[in-house]
Amino acid sequence: MADLLEQIAICIERGKVNKNSPYPPDMKGQDGADELTKQALDQGIAPDDVLGKGLVVGMGRVGQKFSENKVFVPDLLMAAKAMSAGMAHLKPAFESGQAHHKGTFVIGTVQGDLHDIGKNLVAMVVEGGGWKVVDLGVDVSSEKFLAAVKENPGAAVGLSALLTTTMVNMEKTVKVLKEQVPGTRVIVGGAPLTSEFAKKIGADGYSPDPQGAITFLAA
Amino acid sequence: MVSILEMLDRKKVLVSDGAWGTFLVQKGLKPGECPELWNIEHPYAVADIARAYAEAGSDMVSTNSFGGSRLKLAHFGLEARAGELNEAAARLTRETISPDKAVFASMGPTGKILMMGDVTEEDVYEAFREQALALERGGADALCIETMTALDEAGIAVRAAKQNTRLPVICTFTFDRIGEGQYRTMMGVSPADMAAEMIAAGADIIGTNCGQGPEQMVGIVEQLRAAAPDTPIMVQANAGLPVRQGDVDVFPETPERMASFVPALVKAGAGIVGGCCGTTPDHIRAITAAAKKLG
Repeated sequence: MADLLEQIAICIERGKVNKNSPYPPDMKGQDGADELTKQALDQGIAPDDVLGKGLVVGMGRVGQKFSENKVFVPDLLMAAKAMSAGMAHLKPAFESGQAHHKGTFVIGTVQGDLHDIGKNLVAMVVEGGGWKVVDLGVDVSSEKFLAAVKENPGAAVGLSALLTTTMVNMEKTVKVLKEQVPGTRVIVGGAPLTSEFAKKIGADGYSPDPQGAITFLAA
Repeated sequence: MVSILEMLDRKKVLVSDGAWGTFLVQKGLKPGECPELWNIEHPYAVADIARAYAEAGSDMVSTNSFGGSRLKLAHFGLEARAGELNEAAARLTRETISPDKAVFASMGPTGKILMMGDVTEEDVYEAFREQALALERGGADALCIETMTALDEAGIAVRAAKQNTRLPVICTFTFDRIGEGQYRTMMGVSPADMAAEMIAAGADIIGTNCGQGPEQMVGIVEQLRAAAPDTPIMVQANAGLPVRQGDVDVFPETPERMASFVPALVKAGAGIVGGCCGTTPDHIRAITAAAKKLG
């Protein structure tokens, strides 16, 4: 069983989606995350184990490598694709309550900002880490973040911005969330952000990369 | 028609211009507003920017069209006006600066990652083709495909420009320093990879813009030159990374400090030097003086 779960982790880490996929070249013709996740579930391995000891482990490895500049955006994207293929088989288990998310993470790019590449990467890695992700998209107002948190009690929130002119909107959103839903944990990120800025606006965390969001959420 | 390539033959170092985005913000552009729409709604403000750089010494001045592809304009519901907005962008610069200075028209990324499958290669090609043609119509002397990070998207842009217009094509990428002497775009592309692919795609001039500031640019130029011994190289660094102070962004690199890198950049192989985010006419004045000293 441990072997199969490790194989699944490797498929995620290397971005091996399914048997047909030509990528990565050195795994051509092998079963991918798709086939192996199905196999593991068919064999009777608990869905939470397939998720936590297989899929999530793989995503954690690639997320860590990305934060160390050892792999780049394309590798993350392929890993996320492999993750999706595996997760598709877990959908019934989530619906029946057999498989569990670690929690909910609401994410969006702040008002006035349309950049989404970074936000999308964080969403993928956090979902790959076993959280339910509610992605509000770009140009998201404080009100919209608040509504999503109210709809998902206990959710943590991630705010992204690429422009210095829009990161100021983060302060307003943090304030609204903390006032209306006390106890909400907020992490911020994006190219112009720093941990000093995060502290200054009352956020609970800052990360320069997706893996840091996982560390924050797991804390 | 001003030929940048001829200018490069005559002058050792050409000076391009400085930032447009941060300049527009200074003139009142608000977050969430479409910059390219200013070509129609605030043309005098846009022309002021072109004039300011020309007067500061730029041999070549850019256009307010960085986000002008239909894919980017769609965020504002303005995709149907791509032709109009890009033509206006080129026309504004062309009619503002003196005839001996070149208009190099800006074409920035679509914001889409091709790998994700949100757009097809055909969509991206069409968007760049439309934009390039409009910029040519408006009077551009060259096209500048800039702030690129992905080989596939940039390659499509260069080909769309070369195959549909008669203009020389500049292509510059944005690199991060990931280690000692190691530079990669967020997509994992090195300066050497970029040089090979963009020249193969037909780029006449290659280079680097934006990024973390002027210091890392010398190393990047060296690697570009090593991979492309005969191609002219353009460098436009940020004035460092911005720090928000109250209501304004402060970019730490002064005109003097930015200009101090000019000799090293030229020695490394750069033939065109300018600035990106946070640079101003004062920066260009200093860069022009430094370039003059090199003869």
